[in-house]
Amino acid sequence: MSEEKTPKKELGVVKTTHGGHSHTGSLAINLPEGCKKIVLAGNPNVGKSVFFNYFSGLYVDVSNYPGTTIEISQARYGDDAIVDTPGIYGVSSFNDEEIVARDIILSADMVVNVVDAVHIERDLFLTLQLIDMGLPMVVALNFMDEVEEQDIEIDVDLLSDLLGVPVVPTVAVKKRGLAEVTATLDDAREGNQDPFLHKKLHEMLSRVGSQPEALMVLEGDEHVAARHGIKPAADREVIYVRRRERVNDIVGHVVKEKALVETVRQKMGLLVMNPLTGVPFLVLVLYGLYQLVAVFIAQTVVGVTEEALMQGYWEPFIRGIIEPIVSESTPLGEILIGEFGVLTMTATYLLGLLLPLVLGFYLALALMEDSGYLPRLATLVDRALNAIGLNGRAVVPLILGFGCVTMATITTRLLGTEREKTIATAILQWAIPCSAQLGVITVLLAAIGGFYILLYIGIIFLTLAIIGTVLARVLPGKSSPLLIDLPPLRLPRPDNVARKAATRTYYFMKEAIPWFAIGALIISVMKITNALTAWQNAWAPLTTGWLKLPKEASTAFVMGLVRRDFGAAGLFEMSLAPMETLVALVTITLFVPCIASLMILFKERGWKQGIPIWLGSWVLAFGIGGILAQILL
Amino acid sequence: MCLDQIRTGEEVIIKEIPDTMAKTQFIRFGIGEGSSVICHTKIPFGPVVLRKNRQEIAIGRELAKTITVERSTHVRGKNA
Repeated sequence: MSEEKTPKKELGVVKTTHGGHSHTGSLAINLPEGCKKIVLAGNPNVGKSVFFNYFSGLYVDVSNYPGTTIEISQARYGDDAIVDTPGIYGVSSFNDEEIVARDIILSADMVVNVVDAVHIERDLFLTLQLIDMGLPMVVALNFMDEVEEQDIEIDVDLLSDLLGVPVVPTVAVKKRGLAEVTATLDDAREGNQDPFLHKKLHEMLSRVGSQPEALMVLEGDEHVAARHGIKPAADREVIYVRRRERVNDIVGHVVKEKALVETVRQKMGLLVMNPLTGVPFLVLVLYGLYQLVAVFIAQTVVGVTEEALMQGYWEPFIRGIIEPIVSESTPLGEILIGEFGVLTMTATYLLGLLLPLVLGFYLALALMEDSGYLPRLATLVDRALNAIGLNGRAVVPLILGFGCVTMATITTRLLGTEREKTIATAILQWAIPCSAQLGVITVLLAAIGGFYILLYIGIIFLTLAIIGTVLARVLPGKSSPLLIDLPPLRLPRPDNVARKAATRTYYFMKEAIPWFAIGALIISVMKITNALTAWQNAWAPLTTGWLKLPKEASTAFVMGLVRRDFGAAGLFEMSLAPMETLVALVTITLFVPCIASLMILFKERGWKQGIPIWLGSWVLAFGIGGILAQILL
Repeated sequence: MCLDQIRTGEEVIIKEIPDTMAKTQFIRFGIGEGSSVICHTKIPFGPVVLRKNRQEIAIGRELAKTITVERSTHVRGKNA
């Protein structure tokens, strides 16, 4: 088959220079002339990140792929560059992750394809697709230790012959085989392509000028076809079915296995999915999450960071410096070091309270992701989410919402239909408190005790269920069904979990700090100009009459407009009775999302949906808060 | 017979997946029309979880209702 390669060799040049169509140009590292772009590609959960970390060393550039929340890591590797891609089952444009992966792969000079040897039947589909793209590549056959444990035999040499590319067995987490992969990079070559595709690819090639893109167009990729101003072909199904047959044929030749034994992990996988055992397990997980975030971090850690460090050392320190120059009683002093000072309250709040809370939440989320629990949770809750017009996959944006509603709103893109995106966005913007807000809420709730916590959860949950049910009834169309792959349960790797959580926290903080400072500034200015009192008086009928709260509570709402957690934080200073606290917290939770989140809401859903959702949250917050107040107070 | 009617532990052959997007995704996961699969578990009123070798796939109940399957006791062990 190697004779075929000669005419295609020049393509290596063509495909990286598809003129105005470069889609990775905005990634941060500028690649010098002659620098090769090595792309890591593979299915989800195959250990790609371990490979990336091995290749990249210390200096890694992590950036959001333009227009998405998908983080792309890239680094220099000798004279070349190495780029990671999101895990995908195949190259096309079915969702954001695929689009990002597709564009990076289309611009690749070489691909290192990481394959899960235990699930080789699934993974080789992507491998053959990459081969059909004509990209020079090396296959890393990972999880070889699990292959041995499960009594599977894989003929690596035969696999390499059949694919036509080098195959290196690895156990990435134990660093086995990684050096061999790097040593094999020089032998990377185009594999054995499907002869059936040959003629069609050649025809399409003359129209689009690059084999990877030609294959995309043949497989009906509308985005890539549109770039070349042509219509996508309708051959996807034929090509897919043939490719699947080729994979099964290869697997039939290289894999020998003794009888399948049900492993302990498989049994555990079943247990967390079935309601009888899965629901108690979920409760346990949530309890663990509560203990970690709300008890350990919100109380113990924050006690040190907020009270001891920030209020004990930082605030007196910065006041000592500023006070002699600018007195706290002057307007500038008020802004800098006053009650809502940018250098005092804002700094304390951001670093002492928000940072540990957000980090704690993202650690917990990364643990759930890396253990393979999330897809099983999606399966468990699928039926329940169907009732509110969503499918099990929506559990991901909903859980993410408890981290950051803004980010979660963007991830609603992974949902199948516009209808689902609208429902999920509305629920997120209305009824899901983000980690920062949740942190403050938990501190306030913890002070008033268990009964109120349950009452609060019950009220928010009921609201969420009602909103979802109503929207699912009212909105036209049908929601998409659940269809997901369940990865095996694996023990998460601490370094991976830590890295993921740290990256996300960094981006969250970067996003939060300016908005928070602006919020503090607005409040300070309002205080100096007495606008705060005027605002409080203007809202008095609603706050005191309808919500039956002290009129100062309305300060929380002006702050809440800027950042949700800021709103809840405003309640800290007030001495409220337990029931009053509950009413205030329910209102604040259901109240409008923060400014950042509002921007994303308009960007993702447009004005036509954004404005009703935003206005709806006013009605919802004051409606439900008020009804509660009328009943309970 | 449709996929939602199979029982846990039962082995069936996939006959038809009418939805093209679902069919594409099934093929990527390793299951095509004609493949033999085992029902790994059924969540009450919820998804059907299929297993093919070591691959586990969860399929929403509504989608499962559209997929035609056939019992395959007589071709056990033969993987299409």
